[in-house]
Order: sequence, then structure tokens, then C-alpha cells
Amino acid sequence: MSGKDRLPIFPSRGAQMLMKSRLKGAQKGHSLLKKKADALQMRFRMILGKIIETKTLMGEVMKEAAFSLAEAKFATGDFNQVVLQNVTKAQLKIRTKKDNVAGVTLPVFECYQDGTDTYELAGLARGGQKLAELKKNYQSAIKLLVELASLQTSFVTLDDVIKITNRRVNAIEHVIIPRIERTLAYIISELDELEREEFYRLKKIQDKKRIARKKQEEEKAALGITEGGQYAANLLDEGDEDILF
Amino acid sequence: MALHSAVKGKLISVIGDEDTCVGFLLGGVGEINKNRHPNFLVVDKSTAVSEIEECFKRFIKRDDIDIILISQNIAEMIRHVIDSHNQPVPAVLEIPSKDHPYDASKDSILRRARGMFNPDDLA
Repeated sequence: MSGKDRLPIFPSRGAQMLMKSRLKGAQKGHSLLKKKADALQMRFRMILGKIIETKTLMGEVMKEAAFSLAEAKFATGDFNQVVLQNVTKAQLKIRTKKDNVAGVTLPVFECYQDGTDTYELAGLARGGQKLAELKKNYQSAIKLLVELASLQTSFVTLDDVIKITNRRVNAIEHVIIPRIERTLAYIISELDELEREEFYRLKKIQDKKRIARKKQEEEKAALGITEGGQYAANLLDEGDEDILF
Repeated sequence: MALHSAVKGKLISVIGDEDTCVGFLLGGVGEINKNRHPNFLVVDKSTAVSEIEECFKRFIKRDDIDIILISQNIAEMIRHVIDSHNQPVPAVLEIPSKDHPYDASKDSILRRARGMFNPDDLA
């Protein structure tokens, strides 16, 4: 990064104050964003752990469900086509809720029963018990999967948000704050330069004034000698010391 | 739209082999909408990959579906489509199918998480 990269601003006291307040703002924002990133990261880790846990649990639940399907088939005979053809309305539906983590909304799925069981009469002839068990198993599997889905959605959302937040934190830390600091340094150096110039100018003026005064005095002295007394020049000035109270 | 979706319940769709679909349908997720489009797809040996792909894309576009369950062996066939889907909703969930055990290393989501956790945790 070049040292010249700074904000285009006229170096003055006002600009310096402005830059100082901006630097403060940037630092405050940096610390806040850092906190947000940390909070998100914490949540993210928690969700990751839960996902892994639930995924392994899902394997078992699905195995059990598939096994009960085979059992039900053995008891009832093949009912695949009957089930596939008789689909009408969904019994289990999903509601979405919003969860808020550090200003990030995460969707949370929640399944609920809606309407009646379409396959109420399935297995009426035989194997009804097995079918009921099968339904129960799959319903619990669905509940687990819905939970997993909300975890996974949170995971994806948080992943994105964490990336964005970290990018912002880094941008402030490595680009914005250094730029403001460079601008401040530039303003200070310019102001110092101006001050030195001013000082030099004052000295120069003093010099010139002194030379002019000397010249005048010399001229006066020359004049006084020719007129025969310089005391007459000032009536009030009696030559005594000035008294300062 | 957001208000509307908060009121109305969303669906779970299933893409899987016959037994998986039947199981979930018995669980009560199946629905056929007004246009006679089901929210599930039964994949057998004769189903073309392009058909699965198209169906998956259709499910993603439908706004009444919030979760898509897909068998992992089928997910493998259309992996590129799943990987290119990176919106949080609908959530795509890979499930183990009856004759294919679940392999966590193939999961799109868990692959994204790789490096963040210990692979031994999955075992």
C-alpha cells in the first residue's frame, strides 16, 4: 500500500478535527463489528456441533424407518402404488419463525399437523398396526429432518453473514483506519510546515523593521545635530524612567 | 409475500426412490397442487438425470416449498445443481436412502464446513 493513499482533504485545523472524529468513529465501529463477528461465530460453532449430532442421529432414525417400512410391507403386502396414487393434501406442514442473532434473522422451521390423515384407512384389512408404527416412525424422522433443515439454513445464512462481517472488520482495520491515520499525519505535517513558514515570515518582518528603525534613528541623529538639540523634539518626554504600576 | 408466507404453511418435498417416497408420504408430507403437480418425485432406474435435474429446479422455484429432501445417491447425480443452489430457502437436505448408507463427506453443506471441525466427530 502506498504511503500517499489518503483522503483528498485540505489540511486545516477544522479538517484535523474532522479526521480525528472520523478516526474515533472508525475505531468504535471496528470494535462493534468485531463483537458482532464474535457473537455470530459463537452461534455458528454451536450450530455446527448440533448439525453433526443431528446428522448422525438422522442416519439411525432413517434406518429404523426404512426397516419398519419393510416390516409393514411384509405384513400388508405391496402398497406402494396405492400410497403414491392417493396423495391429496399435505398433513404435515412447515411454519417459519424468525430468530435474531446480533441483527441477523435466521429462519427456524417448525412442523405442525394440518388436516386429517389421508391414509387413515390404509392397512385396514391387515397389517394396520405395522402401518401405524411405520407412520409414527416416518413422522418422527420428518420432525428430525425439519429440525436439521432449520439448523442447516441457519448454517448457510450465518456462514454468509460471518464472511461479510469479517470482510468489513478487515476493511476497517487494514484500509480505512490506516487511511485516516495517514491523512491525519499529512494534515499535521502540513500544519507544522505552515507554522514554520509563519515563524520565518515574522522573523523576517522583525528584521526589516529593525533595519528601518535604525535607519530612521541615524537620520534623526543627523538631523538633531544640525538643529542643535534633539530634546526639543518631544515636550512631554523629560528623560526620566517610565513608571510601571 | 413475507407476511403471506408466515401465515400459510409450507411443504416438504421429497426426491427419492420409491420406498423413501412412500415412507414420507405415509408420514404425511405429500401434496398435489391445483395443477396436478406433486411435491415429490419417485426416481427409479428408468428416470433420466435430466428429469431429476429439471424437477429439482422446479421445486427450488416453487415458493410453497421450504425443505427439499433428496436421497444422497440421487443428490450425487445432480451434485452440480445442488452445489449451485446457495440460497437458505428452500433448504436442501440430503438423506440416506434404503440401500445407500449415509456418507457425510459427500454432503454439500458438510463439505462447506470441512476444515471447521474434526472429521472424527462424524464417525
